[in-house]
Amino acid sequence: MGDWIAACAAVDVDTEDVVPFEHDGRDYAIYRSADDEFFATDGHCTHERTLLCDGLVMGRVIECPMHNGRFDFTTGQALGAPALVDLRTYPAKVTDGTVYVELG
Amino acid sequence: MGKERLARYSLAGSENRAAVAAGLAGGDWFRSDIPRKRMKELMRRSDYPAVRDTAIWLGLLLLLAGLGIALWGTWWALPCFLAYGLLYGTADSRWHESGHGTAFKTRWLDEGLYQLASFMIMRDPTVWRWSHTRHHTDTLLVGRDPEIQVMRPARLARLLANLIGLVDVPMAFWLMFVHASGRLTDDEADFIPESERHKVYRTARIDLAIYAVTVGLAIGLGSWLPVVLIGGPRLYGAFLFNLFAMTQHSGMGENVLDHRLNTRTVRMCRVNRFLYWNMNYHVEHHMFPMVPYYRLPELHEEIKGDCAPPYPSIWAAYREIIPAVLRQLRDQEYYVRRELVPGAVAYHEPTPLADGRARSLDSAAAA
Repeated sequence: MGDWIAACAAVDVDTEDVVPFEHDGRDYAIYRSADDEFFATDGHCTHERTLLCDGLVMGRVIECPMHNGRFDFTTGQALGAPALVDLRTYPAKVTDGTVYVELG
Repeated sequence: MGKERLARYSLAGSENRAAVAAGLAGGDWFRSDIPRKRMKELMRRSDYPAVRDTAIWLGLLLLLAGLGIALWGTWWALPCFLAYGLLYGTADSRWHESGHGTAFKTRWLDEGLYQLASFMIMRDPTVWRWSHTRHHTDTLLVGRDPEIQVMRPARLARLLANLIGLVDVPMAFWLMFVHASGRLTDDEADFIPESERHKVYRTARIDLAIYAVTVGLAIGLGSWLPVVLIGGPRLYGAFLFNLFAMTQHSGMGENVLDHRLNTRTVRMCRVNRFLYWNMNYHVEHHMFPMVPYYRLPELHEEIKGDCAPPYPSIWAAYREIIPAVLRQLRDQEYYVRRELVPGAVAYHEPTPLADGRARSLDSAAAA
């Protein structure tokens, strides 16, 4: 079990969007789906070190802004070239309007 | 000189390692500051523009092919096939945009167009997807970018011959045979992951089979017509897409980390923008590759305050490109460096190595 770390306020993340979060020198991405669920993944594309928070969220998919590497951000699954390695995901929850991510 | 030049640009050579050591490979490129909300709007895709434009493009191809077949044997077939060939060659821009996955909202439409356009333009879809990925990561980094069309010094005879595909087409067939036999070139092995390579071999075998049937039909019918329709346009229709493509980076800075130093934006008329799918907005495309072609004019408005003024026409671009490329035949440190508009963010030149000249990184680092 890791620690639940406060990442951002829920209102800071638009529906169907992603924001960056940094903790202990590592980058993460926090997502809010169209169904108002929150998810968290590593912050960089697994293809090259591009920040996913600059990409586009479409449904359950995050697209890397550089080469169109695509991932299902709910599972981390890479959806095709040039993204061939799955993205690491982290449990996320909202408590009292704050998004927490379990890291560790 | 020829072998030295090719060695410098080879992905299997020392310039690749030097670019990595200098921190240029996978470097931190300049990007204009655009609010996230606006950026999301610009990246948002819709199927309609690309479905409309693809239907017009394919419709025109079918119409011209039909007219050419109907008029075959008369001189009237000539203008029909000339137009058909030029339009066939613009598969290049369809290949490019669908390869980025940004033309359509619906994924299979993108993939379908990508496979068709790759076949027409004689590029293996897997090889070129990875090659173009590298081109965007390391644009015009010597030894890293596999798509540097105009080297320093330029291979002029090759560039001119390629206006009618005389080098590219034989090379494409040679590569098809290499791939069909289950092999890659050294450069390709540098950027194509193991897990993707089987696709290259499979596609080469399919493409060769299609071309074999086409040639077989031509022999069987005793007519050039099948070859004029399939494959042949990559030769006689290559002029236009090469004319467009050579405006992108020719004569500009190498080994830089700012697309304003190595890429051009050129104003074009509506017809040419349709044929080229707005890739004349090339600085914009490189700075933000996930913006679909039909939003690039809007992106241009967003970032033009950070850029040099766009070239007013293709002619204006070539008035700069031709003398620059000719000068680089004797002076490889020369490159086109444009004045940014007043108030623009200064050029991003993080290391003394990244100054646009075509110097060997090894020798520059030692100096």
